[in-house]
Amino acid sequence: MDATTSFWATPGGWTLITVGQILAVMIWILLSLAFLLLADRKIWAGVQMRKGPNVVGPFGLLQSFADFLKFVLKEIVIPDGADKVVFILAPLISFVLAFAAWAVVPLAPGWVVSDINVGVLYLLAISSLGVYGIIMGGWASNSKYPFLGSLRSAAQMVSYEVSIGFVIITVILLAGTMNLQTIVEQQGGGFWNWYVFGGGLSNLPMILIMVPMAVVFFISALAETNRPPFDLPEAESELVAGYQVEYSSTPYLLFMIGEYANIVLMCAIITILFFGGWQAPFPTPFIESWPATAQSFFGFMWFFAKTVFFFFLIAMVKAIVPRYRYDQLMRLGWKVFLPFSLVAVVLVAAWRVFGPAQGAI
Amino acid sequence: MALQAIAFYLLATVTIGSGLAVVSVRNPVHSVLFLILTFFSAAGLFLLLGAEFLAMLLVVVYVGAVAVLFLFVVMMLDVDFGALKQGFARYAPVGALVGGILAIEMIIVATAVARGGAASGVREPMSALDGLSNTETIGRVLYTDYVYFFQAAGLVLLVAMIGAIVLTLRHKPGVRRQVISDQVARTAESGMRTVQIKPGEGMGE
Repeated sequence: MDATTSFWATPGGWTLITVGQILAVMIWILLSLAFLLLADRKIWAGVQMRKGPNVVGPFGLLQSFADFLKFVLKEIVIPDGADKVVFILAPLISFVLAFAAWAVVPLAPGWVVSDINVGVLYLLAISSLGVYGIIMGGWASNSKYPFLGSLRSAAQMVSYEVSIGFVIITVILLAGTMNLQTIVEQQGGGFWNWYVFGGGLSNLPMILIMVPMAVVFFISALAETNRPPFDLPEAESELVAGYQVEYSSTPYLLFMIGEYANIVLMCAIITILFFGGWQAPFPTPFIESWPATAQSFFGFMWFFAKTVFFFFLIAMVKAIVPRYRYDQLMRLGWKVFLPFSLVAVVLVAAWRVFGPAQGAI
Repeated sequence: MALQAIAFYLLATVTIGSGLAVVSVRNPVHSVLFLILTFFSAAGLFLLLGAEFLAMLLVVVYVGAVAVLFLFVVMMLDVDFGALKQGFARYAPVGALVGGILAIEMIIVATAVARGGAASGVREPMSALDGLSNTETIGRVLYTDYVYFFQAAGLVLLVAMIGAIVLTLRHKPGVRRQVISDQVARTAESGMRTVQIKPGEGMGE
């Protein structure tokens, strides 16, 4: 016992255990992505009364794996006029950043790779870097459509980051901390403690602000991840596929996995910030006596279910809502979301200072 | 400790190397990309110092916003990369002079801090006193003792922003803008009119 504990405390053991955790999280995300991608296509098909992929495996369950093999086995084509290093670097950056953000996401009680104090800021920082993969890809392709797509994407992501930032600030103000694990812990004990409902019955008036803020966050998340109805960077009717036009094979696969990992990440962030993360929606005194692993697993199931629910919503939006025009997108971001979220920050801050809690942080 | 040392030397090497690359590579877009790498590894150095809040802000503000705009502008410039490096020999002495002065200043400041601590007369660091995280400490200092400076900095930025807008705002005459309230208020009666057109005459203006 002593020998093993001391080994895990040494730098070598610490590195090993961290790498192990990172691998576990990555494999879990990649496996979930394979099925979420299929779910995305199935939901889209269902809304349009099609069957969707149903050939590979039972109900088409293995479709994503077949697609994976197809992508990997194809030839990598690099355009002659492309900036080769940046061209290859762009999808790598997209992919790495999409997974780097998961380092601070609390999956269950005690299940988080890095429990840092500025977790929320880290998420914001990593997601603001995500735009580089797209800009670099569009520029390095040395082609018109990708370039236009990447310009659109850069403007769009920078615009919506602002409102996402302000919405996150409202949650930070209510929580009084930027540690994601603590934010989730504070939302325990029932769905009325979730921050979408103001976080606790004494903060109930905040429901008027936090419910709209959750909606703003959800819509901004769609814009931030270039999902329909805001998929203008890759609008197929205008730009063919935007910044991805010149990409094929594995680099394209990396872009696509990065994009979907970001979408699932956004679902996870909504879950954590507004809907209690791994907390069950009802008081759970009965799990006190369970072993720690069982408790964690119980929490993980809730986190997973909520995240998948939001992914379902995002997939439905893709199937239902028509694409925005670019000026409408910018108008929504700068003239609607930004002022509203700014007012919300002021109101929540006022509530924290003058409300019943009176600055108890 | 060994891990931290490895991380420090790695990040410091990358910072200096990419900093040099910013001024030496031919392609301006590559310059901006190296600048981003410099910011990013500098943020890593902040993390090693235990200033996690500053590190994240550096990434959010400089890498996530400012450098995106740089890249945006530089990417759209149509420049002749060869001509760009023409005056290198002419400007090198001036650049070296400015760089040298900056380096001397930083060395002086660094040695002064190493010898006597940062400007004497300032209180003890707050985090040492009551176990707050450095985010909370910065917040407490910024919004109490330095609130006027903080507000003044905000005003300076506001003035700069208004100035930029005033300089670049152009009102083009004849631009048809979308007025959503008009569109929504439109009825079948106001949106359509019926005209009688005689055969062979068409509709005059």
